Amino acid sequence: MTDEQTTPQAEGANIQTPAEDTALVDIDTAYREANVQQLLDELDRELIGLKPVKSRIREIASLLLIELLREKVSLSTERPTLHMSFTGRPGTGKTTVALRMAKILHHLGFVRKGHLVVATRDDLVGQYVGHTAPKTKEMLKRAMGGVLFIDEAYYLYRPENERDYGQEAIEMLLQAMENHRDNLVVILAGYKDRMDTFFQSNPGFHSRIAHHIDFPDYSLDELMEIAELMVRQQMYVFDDPSRQAFCEYLELRMQRPHFSNARSVRNAIDRIKMRQASRLVQQGGLIAKEELARIDVSDIRQSRVFQGELNGQ
Amino acid sequence: MRITQGTFSYLPDLSDDQIKAQVQYCLDNDWPVSVEYTDDPHPRNVYWEMWGKPMFDLKDPEGVMQEINECRQTFPNHYIRVNGYDRRLGRQTTALSFIVNRPQEEPGFRVDRVEMNDRVVKYTLHSYATDKPKGQRYE
Repeated sequence: MTDEQTTPQAEGANIQTPAEDTALVDIDTAYREANVQQLLDELDRELIGLKPVKSRIREIASLLLIELLREKVSLSTERPTLHMSFTGRPGTGKTTVALRMAKILHHLGFVRKGHLVVATRDDLVGQYVGHTAPKTKEMLKRAMGGVLFIDEAYYLYRPENERDYGQEAIEMLLQAMENHRDNLVVILAGYKDRMDTFFQSNPGFHSRIAHHIDFPDYSLDELMEIAELMVRQQMYVFDDPSRQAFCEYLELRMQRPHFSNARSVRNAIDRIKMRQASRLVQQGGLIAKEELARIDVSDIRQSRVFQGELNGQ
Repeated sequence: MRITQGTFSYLPDLSDDQIKAQVQYCLDNDWPVSVEYTDDPHPRNVYWEMWGKPMFDLKDPEGVMQEINECRQTFPNHYIRVNGYDRRLGRQTTALSFIVNRPQEEPGFRVDRVEMNDRVVKYTLHSYATDKPKGQRYE
């Protein structure tokens, strides 16, 4: 047995180890065996839009794969930093992408379990002296072997209150991000501008995060595609007039304050389903299967967005 | 005298990797894991001190390992055990319990005989470790 054969292999990527420097490494085989292509394709297929995000994820995946191969031929010195920050408006798919990211990292063998633990300020910061450290530690322990996703991370830091316990949680997080790099990947998420201020006041975070990914807002066409996908997944159908009405609805809704992209679309569809249901119940009698699935134009036109009464708010 | 309590106690001490594998088995079965320590190894002493709260919702044994190592650092000469609790209705009991740390010197036990009425003799175990007050037993 040579030494190379006894080196531990990362799961899912059984790459032959060359014995000499001149030996060739097969990237294609490694790529296939890590099942990354499949995950990336899934990402492309199931998430609409988000072009820059997808290309960044592809880049990261390639980087990790090469890192893995380099490790095999003992070129790598230490594990790359994998902590990330996702910035973007609400409803742009940060959590969904984080879930996929956890899977990709798991397939490449950079995290052992590949689960996602979602935490907010409430889960990390305590209410009295000595409460914060055990709380943060518990969350960190839970996330070991997977990904810790901290939503709206900037709430951890409250400069206006110097006695705030958030600072303690931040210090523990920084320490864990450094010491448990093998066990844990931290993803911070939030609005772009507030994250930027957060990083400015906590330079420790900025330097420990390797990948900053910005999520763009969806365009009208992309939102329409998302709506179609959601409707199809829930076994409903738009007919032509109702599709047109929904498009107009989105146009109006996008200009309103508190528009949160895909989440608003989902909520709108939920409300439309409710109106469709009450319309059918009122109508009574016998109905066909298609009628149960079809969304009528009136279900959409009833929305308050069309009444214009809330435009001023 | 080597204390044999809990699972695996007749085997050589488990290595860290073996401990991790056992903890992983607990987590796969959805058993919360806790760490406990004591300096009184009498077999009837069931109340060991808890090292932190039991750990729920863990996926990976690394978090438990971290607690074990912290406990070992604080109490290098105590007995430390890891418990896996099965909370399923109908079982609701400690499903797995094994020692992960023991003092370097284990003085062992002696048998005490007590003469009762009518020449009846009662036997009891006495741990040499408990001769010293709490906290000084394994130093």
